[in-house]
Amino acid sequence: MDTLAWVIFPYICLAVFVVGHYWRWTYDKFGWTTRSSQLYENRLLRWGSPLFHFGLLGVVGGHVVGLIVPKSWTEAVGVSEGVYHFLAVSLGGIAGVATIAGLAILVYRRRTVGPVFMATTRMDKLMYVFLAAVILLGMWNTVASSIFGDYDYRDGVSLWFRSIFTFQPRSELISSAPFGFQLHALVAFSLFALWPFTRLVHVFSAPVGYLTRPYIVYRSRDEASRGTRAPARGWER
Amino acid sequence: MRVMAQMAMVMNLDKCIGCHTCSVTCKQAWTNRSGVEYVWFNNVETRPGLGYPRTYEDQETWQGGWVLGRNGRLALRAGGRWKKLANIFSNPKLPSIEDYYEPWTYDYETLLNAPAQQHFPVARPISLITGKPMNVSWSANWDDNLGGSHDNAQRDVMLKGITDKVVMEFEKTFMFYLPRICEHCLNPSCAASCPSGAIYKRSEDGIVLVDQDKCRGWRMCVSGCPYKKVYFNHRTGKAEKCTFCYPRVEVGIPTVCSETCVGRLRYLGLVLYDADRVLEAASVEDEHALYEAQRSVLLDPDDPEVQREATRAGIPEDWVRAAQRSPVHALINRFKVALPLHPEYRTMPMVWYIPPLSPVVDVVRDTGHDAEDRGNLFAAIETLRIPVEYLANLFTAGDPAPVEAVLRKLAAMRSYMRDINLGRDPDDSIPEAVGMDGESMYDMFRLLALAKYDERYVIPTAHAEQAHALEELATECSLDYEGGPGMMGESGPFGEGSGELTPVAVENFQMLKQRQTADDLSGDDAPGRDRTRGRVNLLNWDGKGSPRGLFPKKPPEDQQ
Repeated sequence: MDTLAWVIFPYICLAVFVVGHYWRWTYDKFGWTTRSSQLYENRLLRWGSPLFHFGLLGVVGGHVVGLIVPKSWTEAVGVSEGVYHFLAVSLGGIAGVATIAGLAILVYRRRTVGPVFMATTRMDKLMYVFLAAVILLGMWNTVASSIFGDYDYRDGVSLWFRSIFTFQPRSELISSAPFGFQLHALVAFSLFALWPFTRLVHVFSAPVGYLTRPYIVYRSRDEASRGTRAPARGWER
Repeated sequence: MRVMAQMAMVMNLDKCIGCHTCSVTCKQAWTNRSGVEYVWFNNVETRPGLGYPRTYEDQETWQGGWVLGRNGRLALRAGGRWKKLANIFSNPKLPSIEDYYEPWTYDYETLLNAPAQQHFPVARPISLITGKPMNVSWSANWDDNLGGSHDNAQRDVMLKGITDKVVMEFEKTFMFYLPRICEHCLNPSCAASCPSGAIYKRSEDGIVLVDQDKCRGWRMCVSGCPYKKVYFNHRTGKAEKCTFCYPRVEVGIPTVCSETCVGRLRYLGLVLYDADRVLEAASVEDEHALYEAQRSVLLDPDDPEVQREATRAGIPEDWVRAAQRSPVHALINRFKVALPLHPEYRTMPMVWYIPPLSPVVDVVRDTGHDAEDRGNLFAAIETLRIPVEYLANLFTAGDPAPVEAVLRKLAAMRSYMRDINLGRDPDDSIPEAVGMDGESMYDMFRLLALAKYDERYVIPTAHAEQAHALEELATECSLDYEGGPGMMGESGPFGEGSGELTPVAVENFQMLKQRQTADDLSGDDAPGRDRTRGRVNLLNWDGKGSPRGLFPKKPPEDQQ
């Protein structure tokens, strides 16, 4: 049972995540979009969307530090357990509250604003369930572990998470974790499996290239140069 | 010098009668799909008026185009790259659907299904956005022919700075039509605003296009374009814009809007320009100098130096010849009667306009004076400050001098040609008064008034040796994938139209075939289908077949 939940299931989900994205990219570049509904409604979105997205960026950053950076590294740079815990709970709490507030506004908007609801696909609704579940469970874990327990996920869940990617999964580390963490992990991996088939793919289109590319993009019908000059890159023509 | 070629257009506003044929045929060809119901790649505005979307010219509000920074460098008015990314989760300057208009259809079913009753049944308007009954209160040309101008027209942004406001009494106001398409700018701020780099300018002919596969729907282009000519398809989540009908232009036929223009007022042709000088010209400090700067970027195709550089840049010989014959080049640089729309946005727009003389002529005629006499017309141009200032706000960033010069040329042409038509000796002092000679004035008359098809449209075809790269043939075999182009009109698994793109020619072929053979428009036989989704849209109907809902259902026929 442990092997199924903490080894087989995550690998299946990650495989679907990777292969699914490859398939979607080759099959459906046209459908690869944020599917914005700003045209329909702007007042609620103006608050909800930045709250949610910036909050989520903070949450993801927190997960990178908490899950991927080993405890020994943070201690090596002089961040003690107490300081780390304080930072994680305070910053994570702020980001989490912003995310949940944003999510609440967005879900309310999606349900109550007619055109937005009409533009919501079944896949969207399914995805919202999983996304909300992951976020709420994560928030609950943060709150619960700082009030009740003293479970240090960096000695448990994080090691298990990293062990998946080194292909030596240590399922015993998570099977001994509190139930909330287990559920959070399971739902999160389900969300990963769902990911390539939802609008969440837009995460991988974050336009960081915009910062460095030339303002005006030139493209040729025919990429081969016809002049006597050496072939120039698009924007140099 | 770095020579590039640009397909450009000139519209002669004197001949526009505001019939909207260009808008309708364009809509038929390009935006008769769901998600773009509110989109008109080509629209015709009555000026003075608010335009479409409403007051789009108010860049204080919409923040489109470029501004000259204090350091003398050009910057996007809505903010640079970092600001764009910071605002990416909610674009602060996106027009809402109300700023365009809420698209609607009519509840035709009531007409068809209503029982016999004393009063006629009424087809109520139903919103295509919400699917609910709505009150129609605005549209793409609500203020057509000054309709509702009592209430609206004073909000026309271009009236700012004109001290004596235009008289809005229907009888007394001056009025003209302004057809607009995408400007296919030399310095497109939509492309510069696109975080994904999906909007590009074709290096062969300068047509600005949106790569539908690369667009991620961030909507920054919609805000970035000061002309608001990039639109957001709310079903596919992608930006769409005027394509300059590139599949037609590539094979040498005019754009749909030009081809169907009953007034024959559109001119299509190539201009050659110096790409190295675009930025410099767009960064001229004095706004009034922008028109001249923009004109000076365009190169003289008869200059051997330009021809040599063009060949070096890989521009085919026949394209250079087409540039020499180009009516657009002639109107802009030889006769100097075409002016760019809103040069102050610093995007270097490439759809130019010949300002209308007719409001002036009408006034002179109404006073009982000879409206074709040069003296009367010249005097009127000088007296009628409001039309001239208004036109200057549109075409020269508020500098009346170039507008006056153009109007005087048009007036001179009128009186010069009258002498010829009446069999009198041509009076060469008339062209000389506006700095032209008799021969070039006659050439201008020929181009503007006779406007022969092959002189109006000089469109070099894309080259056969490039043909394999043309969009129409972009795939190995266009039909060679799962479902084939027959998937057109179906919804993919991830929302409207997901899946692979269908080349335009195949799409049109299949759509036509479907329309001609299908009895229903969009599979609206499916149970639980919203009635507005399977609506009858007469715009889509070419008279063949019978879309469901247009006629009552036939009773099931008995097999005899």
